[in-house]
Amino acid sequence: MSAPLLQVRDVSKRFGDQLALHSTSFDLWPGEILAVVGESGSGKTTLLNLIAARLRSDSGSVHFDTRDQGLQDVFKMTQAEQRLLARTDWGFVHQHAADGLRMDVSAGANVGERLMGLGERHYGRLRAAATHWLQRVEIDPSRIDDAPRNFSGGMRQRLQIARNLVTKPRLVFMDEPTSGLDVSVQARLLDLLRQLTRQMQLAAVIVTHDLAVARLLSQRMMVMQKGVVVEAGLTDQVLDDPQHAYTQLLVSSVLQP
Amino acid sequence: MSTPLLQLIDVSKHFTLHNQGGATLRVLDHANLSVDSGECVILQAPSGMGKSTLLKLIYASYRASSGRICVRDSAGETVDVTTASAQTLVRLRRESMAYVSQFLRVIPRVSALDLIAEPLIDSVDSDDAVKCAHDAAKALLSRLSIPERLWHLPPATFSGGEQQRINIARSLIKPKALVLLDEPTASLDRANTGVVVQLIDEARAQGSAIVGVFHDSEVGASVATRYVNVADFRGSV
Repeated sequence: MSAPLLQVRDVSKRFGDQLALHSTSFDLWPGEILAVVGESGSGKTTLLNLIAARLRSDSGSVHFDTRDQGLQDVFKMTQAEQRLLARTDWGFVHQHAADGLRMDVSAGANVGERLMGLGERHYGRLRAAATHWLQRVEIDPSRIDDAPRNFSGGMRQRLQIARNLVTKPRLVFMDEPTSGLDVSVQARLLDLLRQLTRQMQLAAVIVTHDLAVARLLSQRMMVMQKGVVVEAGLTDQVLDDPQHAYTQLLVSSVLQP
Repeated sequence: MSTPLLQLIDVSKHFTLHNQGGATLRVLDHANLSVDSGECVILQAPSGMGKSTLLKLIYASYRASSGRICVRDSAGETVDVTTASAQTLVRLRRESMAYVSQFLRVIPRVSALDLIAEPLIDSVDSDDAVKCAHDAAKALLSRLSIPERLWHLPPATFSGGEQQRINIARSLIKPKALVLLDEPTASLDRANTGVVVQLIDEARAQGSAIVGVFHDSEVGASVATRYVNVADFRGSV
């Protein structure tokens, strides 16, 4: 319980006349999983892209507790520094695996790429790391030389996760990681994410519209509506005792199977 | 050790239903309660009077409308759960506070054994710790008469009573200073209820403070050291 891993202060975003995200602030602590929920167009993905420095914020700052130099303002880093952070201590899992993978190079190369970016050139070690990670995400290592273009949707998503986690990041951003997968595949991915985040003490910001996913994975939750965080708290507080009208509507609209 | 383990001071809880024309339900008013280590307080009152609400307020699943709820943590510090940060609450729950509901929240693909052992593995990750946790989980599964062929299966397909026993085992495997029981024996037969009563007594003997709601008054009577009537917490204001 030292210091926050990520401190987000007053980030906001306007697209033309449209205010996509009002001024938003929060802290994320090491090992903590924060779910950001809300309907389509509520600004969740915009928030995720801003704090991951994939989109320029109109205001504010994002400080990350870097391994070497402590708290650093990510927005003030050079592009090279941001890129280094993005492929070492951070991960980003896209909703569509095709956005986060190289679809035409082998699964092994997909996993090894971040390690190579950090200077690893030893073929045997890269191959061993790739094999290890394919196993951890439950992909048969015999598929190591196949390109993800030939993988199923669930496998691609697991490969994307392996590709991100190989450098043992401390923070992973996830944009709807389970949507678009059928339910049985979703369950496998969720369990895997749950295990990996626990074992690796990963912190994560997960954007999802699925409250059950948020309940399973996250300790803390923020609810967004029209670009504003309308409610935040422990996940069970928000889901079991929602205070805001919109959260009450959201929670009461879910069908219980 | 002069301060009680749990202290509710003038706690009230109102629910405002924004999508029902802003109707307000006043469930609890001016709830005052102190519970010490080694006590087992049973909450009484007809349904709908706020027994479960009181437990959820203490666990901080519900947010109090006013008042303070103080819990002594493992370091002896007093935490007011109505104002504590999310990080403090997560830590308090992990170390000092258990909540046993009537229903198991099933996690896809995780076996009964792993589910029960999990709270013991939370912080440590050595092979020894995992083995110890699994041994403790097996001992609990045996005591609660869960057949061994089920141990390695995920409990999604288990019967209601079996799921309830898994839930109890998961909640009680790690000794906690404060144990909140929300009808944990509702779908158990007599023999298994007896085992749960033993587990509760053992927790109390080890110094836990227990606050519970039992639909079956006989079970309540067999664990209670004191009764509190929640209907008293409906202020005339």
